[in-house]
Amino acid sequence: MPTTVRVECTINDETREFLCEPRQSLLECLRDVLGLTGTKEGCNDGNCGSCTVMMDGRIVPSCLVLGVESQGSEITTIEGVARGSELHPLQTAFLESAALQCGICTPGFIVAAKALLDRNPRPDEHEIRLWLANNLCRCTGYDKIIRAVQQAAATLQEAK
Amino acid sequence: MHAFEYANPTTLKDALALLGNRWGDADVLAGGTDILSLMKDEVYVSKRLVNIKNIKELGGISMSRGALRIGAGATLEQLIENAEIRKSFPSLAAAARGVASPQIRNIGTVGGDLCQRPRCWYYRGGNGLLAKGANGRPLVPNGENKYHAIFGHEGGAYFVSPSSLGPALVALDAKIKLASASGTREVEAAKFFVAPASDTARETALLPNEIVTEILVPAGMRNATYEVREKQALDWPLATASVALQMKGNSVASAKVVLGHVAPTPWLAAAAGQALSGKSLSDSTIAEAADAAVQGAKPLSQNKYKVQLARVAVKRALTEIARGRA
Repeated sequence: MPTTVRVECTINDETREFLCEPRQSLLECLRDVLGLTGTKEGCNDGNCGSCTVMMDGRIVPSCLVLGVESQGSEITTIEGVARGSELHPLQTAFLESAALQCGICTPGFIVAAKALLDRNPRPDEHEIRLWLANNLCRCTGYDKIIRAVQQAAATLQEAK
Repeated sequence: MHAFEYANPTTLKDALALLGNRWGDADVLAGGTDILSLMKDEVYVSKRLVNIKNIKELGGISMSRGALRIGAGATLEQLIENAEIRKSFPSLAAAARGVASPQIRNIGTVGGDLCQRPRCWYYRGGNGLLAKGANGRPLVPNGENKYHAIFGHEGGAYFVSPSSLGPALVALDAKIKLASASGTREVEAAKFFVAPASDTARETALLPNEIVTEILVPAGMRNATYEVREKQALDWPLATASVALQMKGNSVASAKVVLGHVAPTPWLAAAAGQALSGKSLSDSTIAEAADAAVQGAKPLSQNKYKVQLARVAVKRALTEIARGRA
């Protein structure tokens, strides 16, 4: 019987406790142990960005972080981006720009794009493309995603 | 991924006591971007991972006594964000900036960049470090070798060193500090990287019971790195050049030119350094150094293009210094 470890961390502003094996990634813990299935598994190897979450203020690929490593950390997943039923401007912009089709990559794109806008509220197109280089989408061709991020940046600026 | 034991020490001493004398009995977990992928693919199996991210003494970046000290646990993003590095060590900042993506640079560490295993697809496919087929014949020379070495493959290692910081550290005469339970030692960056002669050998001087603790980089040299890639981001370099120049007035007193991603180790192009010595930087001296840097290249069947890319990388790195951009 493999040893399980008790982990306590903050996820989307709530204290969470869970048990996991050392070999389980944070991604597996979020999805399979905690039921937070918004974060998606793509390549499971750090290449595709689908599993991007915010950990202690920085975006990370949750497939390359062990669940046990999240002890004491603060994590934000896609489930923590909207305020109740009120969507974040990025989520609204993705819907309005048709910046998704199958949707598997979308949570990773939104979490990564939110981290960009939090530190750089007015990124130009080149900065957006470079920042999102580790988020792969096989449906949209990216242009609509870039436009959605620009749209959200404009909305957030107007709200200020 | 096979099950393993997880240890989370908070002091270097405790971490060192958890390592063993054989690879695979225990291994260091820092950023995890490499070892976890290798373990998921079952190319590598370890019985115990020792997380070193919660050891404070392995972190931090500071200047002391004329040298830059980089804690091996510093992330690549911390390296890029450091004002002192951006100002005085643009070569390191440029090399770190070229790595993968924000997600990877946020967790990937400086020590991990030096210790990551080769990206050679034959190695990652389970054919061993020297990529030999079932009959013991090397697979690379007649195989898919577009991204393999053009220098230093005579000993049978055809992969290229994946380290982005390695060439810059070799050019800057950096020292790499290693600790084990029985003491510490300092290795010149140039001697840290080795071309393995067998499948069981390693690509670095690090021993299974050691941890890279810090990197010491002397200040005072003009330096730059130029990287050539197929894509602008999230891509491995095809060829890089890191240069460090000791200037005397307007002329070069001594120079180190080191190529990356062209050999199983960072590749010191000694002839290029000599070509610059005693001269001032001009288009013609830069072109001569770039030509000298790729002398003696031995490209494989699919990678002759890398010779030209390496030459251009040297030219552009030196030009950045000549134009005062680095």
